[in-house]
Amino acid sequence: MMAGFSNAAVLWPVLVPIAASALCMMLWRAPRWQRAVHLAALALMLAASLLLLQTIGRHGVVALTFGGWGPPFGISFVADRLSAAMVAVTAALALAVGVYGLASTHRRQVRNGVYPLFLGMLAAVNGAFLTGDIFNLYVWFEIMLITALGLLVIDKSRAQLDGAMKYAILNLLSTLVFLLAIAILYGAAGTLNMADLARVVPDIGDSTALTVASALFLVGFGIKAGYFPMFFWLPASYHTMSIATLALFAGLLTKVGVYACFRVFTLMFAGGEALREAIAFMAAGTMVFGVFGAAVQWDVRRILSFHIISQIGYILLGLALGTAAAFAGAIFYIIHHIIVKANLFLIAGAMHRVSGTYDLRRCGGLMRSHPLLALLFAVPALSLAGIPPLSGFWAKFLVIDASFKADAAWLAAVGLFVGLLTIFSMSKIWIEAFWKRQPVERARSRAVPLPMVLGIGALALITVWIGIRPEMLMRYSDAAAASLVEPRSYIATTLDEASITAPAGGAP
Amino acid sequence: MNLIYAAGFSAIMAIGLYLLLSRHIIRMIYGVMLISASVNLVIFLAGRIGPNPPPVMMLGETMLADGSANPLPQALVLTAIVIGFSLVSFVVALALKTYRRLGTLDSRALNDAEALGSPFEPPRPGKARSDEERDS
Repeated sequence: MMAGFSNAAVLWPVLVPIAASALCMMLWRAPRWQRAVHLAALALMLAASLLLLQTIGRHGVVALTFGGWGPPFGISFVADRLSAAMVAVTAALALAVGVYGLASTHRRQVRNGVYPLFLGMLAAVNGAFLTGDIFNLYVWFEIMLITALGLLVIDKSRAQLDGAMKYAILNLLSTLVFLLAIAILYGAAGTLNMADLARVVPDIGDSTALTVASALFLVGFGIKAGYFPMFFWLPASYHTMSIATLALFAGLLTKVGVYACFRVFTLMFAGGEALREAIAFMAAGTMVFGVFGAAVQWDVRRILSFHIISQIGYILLGLALGTAAAFAGAIFYIIHHIIVKANLFLIAGAMHRVSGTYDLRRCGGLMRSHPLLALLFAVPALSLAGIPPLSGFWAKFLVIDASFKADAAWLAAVGLFVGLLTIFSMSKIWIEAFWKRQPVERARSRAVPLPMVLGIGALALITVWIGIRPEMLMRYSDAAAASLVEPRSYIATTLDEASITAPAGGAP
Repeated sequence: MNLIYAAGFSAIMAIGLYLLLSRHIIRMIYGVMLISASVNLVIFLAGRIGPNPPPVMMLGETMLADGSANPLPQALVLTAIVIGFSLVSFVVALALKTYRRLGTLDSRALNDAEALGSPFEPPRPGKARSDEERDS
């Protein structure tokens, strides 16, 4: 295959973690080597994703089709600005979590294969972001599911088995619904390549099959992403995981569902025009019920799990509005949210390390004993609530501004109200864990290990940096949204590989 | 003809959904398997089945003969079957482990995950540390 260097950039973010995962499995009996390979792979993955980002900056869209078949028949990998950004954030997050894991991963977890599973899941996540073939997307979803299940039960504790069962059944159902949608779409359009589908589907016109398929896509991805009437598996299982894994899940897995939703609906179903009202109600429900669910919980991890859902609602808001500004806001929101949410879970792990519990009623006094941890908690917590000048303020501002401009004031009102309740939850953690006096005296105070501080600090720095200099990311998400609204260059580049060598002009 | 197929597939799917609504984990797994089978059949049907010649190319030909069967759904269904099989095996193993560990597969009795940080019962200070918290 005469693929140029720039096209191959699409492949590395998937190939590196898969190869490293295989290597880790070969080193099954050498935990130290496994750890070294895992860290090296995460660093390489970050380099690969930055290379991809740079390539995208030059060419706009890059595509690569495998196996010597022409584009609509062979499986394609396509990267546009949205997927490149997702891959880059994934790599940055994975490296931070990997460094943090040096202090939180137990020997028993390593013996049970946490490293190969971790890398395998990253490969699946990147594969889902980069694939240009809808059946291939299904395959990546399944790889993600099986590795996620392995990570979920890594300690084999009672709570994990219980949580994993709920996770497994509902996520299996979601992938089956997704597969059913693919089958119906294939029956109607006769192709599986997403760019080809984007070309073919608008010509089919009004068709029951397409309406059914789009509704099934919404349900299938909705279960994955944690949309309103289908999110129950998430807070029932997430909080049982080991904390580094949990941070990665919280940051990435739901966002893969959201990404797939954006990709499929913008490419094939004209921004989900037919389902717009339903999506708007789902977005409002997701925001409100997530935040109410969090209000009554006492376990830090459960509070934060419910908050994942309410924040997903803001992102879904972008799809519900369907304007370019709303998409740009949603993309900004996704990137901000992945970093902040994962960081909050990492901090919850550090709080557990120093206080011995996740239950807010039993911990306290951390402000006095660990002031640095308190500062590091304040950054993502205030960012999540949308306090300027942190990244969450700009993300919420963009989304809510877009909903006012699209004459959806009620959605903006829901968003603002939920932002207020988010502050309630964050201040609940702050008051209980940091301000309150310690309810039980501890014999000796434990320090937060250095790798944990490094991981948390790196993510907090990104949050602050986005908050202070949001223009760059705003410009980037504007460009990414423009290519979602007008996917001409995505389609042209995928279907006609010859055009890759020339810089993609045409679309902005 | 398609209508008959569709009725059959939806019957299988309905049985699967009914089983999925059960409280017993094993029945739920059967439900997932049945739904998976029915989805695979839908893929098959989406490729247009009928009395077509098999999609075989003679030596030297570069295109399928007109009207021959669509070879793609087989590949898709095969992939889906393999993936479905591996996931169902994993879930069955998980169910076995759950049964050995917790002594039941009734989903009403499985609430170890819910109990963590539950708002309904205040924590007892003297309580033995739960299984989940032991690991750190």
